[in-house]
Amino acid sequence: MSTLLLIEQVLNGLQFGVMLFLMAAGLTLIFGVMGLINLAHGSLYMVGAFAAAAVAGATGSFLLALIASLAAAAAAGAIIELVVIRRLYDRDHLDQVLATFALILIFSEGTRWIFGSFPLFLDIPAALAGPVTLPGGIQYPAYRLLIIGIGLVIALGLFQLIARTRIGIQIRAGESDREMIAALGVDISRLYTIVFALGAALAGLAGALVGALQSVQVGMGEPVLILAFVVIVIGGIGSIKGALVGALLVGMTDTLGKVLLPGLFGAFMEPAAATAVGSSLASMAIYILMAAVLLFRPTGLYGSA
Amino acid sequence: MSRARAVNLLLFAMLPVTALVALALDEPFIITLATKAAILALAGVGLNIALGLGGLVSLGHAAFFGLGGYAMGILAHHAQTFTPLMEAPFLIEGTKSMPVIWLTAAIIGAIAALLIGALSLRTSGVYFIMITLAFGQMLYYFAISWPAYGGEDGLSIYVRNGFPGLNTLDPIQFFAIVFTLLAVVLFLAGRLAAAPFGLALAAARQNPERVETVGLSPYRLRLLAFVISGAITALAGTLFADLNRFVSPTMLSWHMSGEIMIFVILGGVGRLYGPVAGAALFILLEHILGGLSDFWHVYLGLLLLLVVLFARGGMIGALAGREVAHD
Amino acid sequence: MTEPLLQIEGLHKSFGALKATDDVSLMLVPGEIHALIGPNGAGKSTLIKQIAGGLAPDAGTIRFAGEDITALPTPARARAGLGRTFQISSLAMEYTVLQNAVLGAVGQRGSVWRFFKPVMGDTELRATAMAALERVGLADHATTRTAELSHGQRRLLEVAVALTLKPRAFLMDEPMAGLGASGSKRLTGFLDGLRREAPILLVEHDMDAVFALADRISVLVYGKVIATGTGDEIRANPQVREAYLGEEDAA
Repeated sequence: MSTLLLIEQVLNGLQFGVMLFLMAAGLTLIFGVMGLINLAHGSLYMVGAFAAAAVAGATGSFLLALIASLAAAAAAGAIIELVVIRRLYDRDHLDQVLATFALILIFSEGTRWIFGSFPLFLDIPAALAGPVTLPGGIQYPAYRLLIIGIGLVIALGLFQLIARTRIGIQIRAGESDREMIAALGVDISRLYTIVFALGAALAGLAGALVGALQSVQVGMGEPVLILAFVVIVIGGIGSIKGALVGALLVGMTDTLGKVLLPGLFGAFMEPAAATAVGSSLASMAIYILMAAVLLFRPTGLYGSA
Repeated sequence: MSRARAVNLLLFAMLPVTALVALALDEPFIITLATKAAILALAGVGLNIALGLGGLVSLGHAAFFGLGGYAMGILAHHAQTFTPLMEAPFLIEGTKSMPVIWLTAAIIGAIAALLIGALSLRTSGVYFIMITLAFGQMLYYFAISWPAYGGEDGLSIYVRNGFPGLNTLDPIQFFAIVFTLLAVVLFLAGRLAAAPFGLALAAARQNPERVETVGLSPYRLRLLAFVISGAITALAGTLFADLNRFVSPTMLSWHMSGEIMIFVILGGVGRLYGPVAGAALFILLEHILGGLSDFWHVYLGLLLLLVVLFARGGMIGALAGREVAHD
Repeated sequence: MTEPLLQIEGLHKSFGALKATDDVSLMLVPGEIHALIGPNGAGKSTLIKQIAGGLAPDAGTIRFAGEDITALPTPARARAGLGRTFQISSLAMEYTVLQNAVLGAVGQRGSVWRFFKPVMGDTELRATAMAALERVGLADHATTRTAELSHGQRRLLEVAVALTLKPRAFLMDEPMAGLGASGSKRLTGFLDGLRREAPILLVEHDMDAVFALADRISVLVYGKVIATGTGDEIRANPQVREAYLGEEDAA
């Protein structure tokens, strides 16, 4: 395999990882601060994508579409937090799983009801549709590069938000001692709504950005949700840093596995069998990675016991 | 007879009565629905051993359900194409015999549960939920990308597998087989819950520290519960595949895991007959709401949400009242 | 001197800069009650956790009945014969009092792997459980849900479950707490006789009970054992007086 192709695949892995980070960051924050497992996070990703597709269809503006995805997902997040999720904070995980699974059913079928079963398409803006030439002569799609950029900027912003701002201090305090910060006069339920809406907005943005690469359809959020779980298990629950490292690991492993493994098996097997074994194994690579992390660090790379 | 016992008996009788009435009215479709409910109930009984008794919130039980389905699909596929499953190091042929397929499926389910459980049970809480979900998804993607047995399209089996002395193509006879299995498993699951193992397992759910202090290992108790649970769910999976004469990766998808969990919850978690009530209710809803609207999952979601938020005892809880401590 | 049943040597445990257990050595010999006292935060519960399992020491060894148990997990230590009661009751709260005691009997029997025999119909297990409940005075509450017991009664149930294990030594973390004067007096009398069955390492705040019961007392301050001796020796020990009363060291 040529070096150029490999670098391109590494960039693809990075882009995938960055998208997973947007999903995983919200999930891990919501878990860390509120102790809630939210299966409906994938639905918020889908809401963002549909909002973007609808707005782009109506206005033709990609920027407006991205803003719409953020706004719609944040609004959907805030609404479900106010109506359903806040009743679940002091429930056990089983209730949280069931209630958020119920939300998935409602979101998915509701979206199908409104938009129909056919996928929508969100076009990459013309200015970003072509490739750019990177140092070393690598041609890489401008849009994917933009995604990597946006993802990294958001990651940086999140670290700053948590480390520097007032709300970040409250979030960190909320992770360690809920009663105490309530006693100090912080409006806990408002903080929770904000954190939930923030996580939702990130998921919605990810949905819109990826929606332009793939199609926008019902159920699109679920595979990503499960990958985000793998990311969190690897990175450690509640850790933004863990989410970033885990997301990049998963993104790289998945992308490079799919490219490299069939070739690897091709070295000592006949081509058809090598493709079959290689691609099946590649589909399992990230889970094997997860199992390996679990064996050595059951609480993840950056998780506390 | 206590009210809870009366409710259980009623639930237990409901499926065969429905099937027999349908037979008298010559409505084979209803018999098939009752069969489906009994199979899904069996899957729920399996999950309930881990979930209700052991407190293990597994979102990956579709893995076992689907493995059971594929055990039947692969064995029957080789039998119907007259090709051996493998030749070296020793010959394994396909089969169309239900008892052999059941046994194989249960063993495969148990082994898979042992492997997944040994890893996942090193963690607890949300980690456990996410990890079981992830391992289930791993098998799903594997089934899609492995081309030998149909990949994404799945495997069709032309004729339902056979059971000695019975005609499995006759809906009522197939129902009888399925229901008998359900009854046997319910009986055994009831005994298991009342046995020292059940006492210790449920204690480990309430307070693992207490169980360790009396010299028992919560990890081992849970792992064994998970293995038994996986084996039963795999058994249900073969029957489900046999009912449809078809198996596909859908059986392995996490929606399936969620649905099995819904049967347990709608019925009442931790209740022996909960999954029977839940599965029957689910089939009923699917049939009635599905007839009213293509988007019946919205109503299912709303119902589930209401049960979780406001009626945590599920259907049996509503009918039989709060569970009283035994003895 | 009799061979010690439980022997702890050079135990260390730190949490960051805090030395919770600082070079602790102590032993428990058959037939005795060895009380462990010390001000709040002295590290008594941390020490008990390391002995019972569940918290690994940074250094040091714990030997029980001639075996090095330092690396064993909690269940193995319980099977080796360490019967523990908790400072904060740790019981299966949904179960009845009897079910909790039967759980102990099941653990003592060691064979949880009988799958199809109803446990509550097992006369032998029930007899063991009821006998233990009777000894602590909870027999009348056998069918009560554990969650409905008072805090003091839960302590007694902890002791009863430990009895069903027929342990070779007891580790009791504040069994008197929440019992009230008469309850505490009754339990004191009971523990007094119990030492003949198995020695007791007793962490207790009730000083009347401690001085009435203990053959030996060890005083733990800031993770260190500052003194070990009989009740009279401890009362007269200047370091102990300083730790508790803030008196100047006479020397």
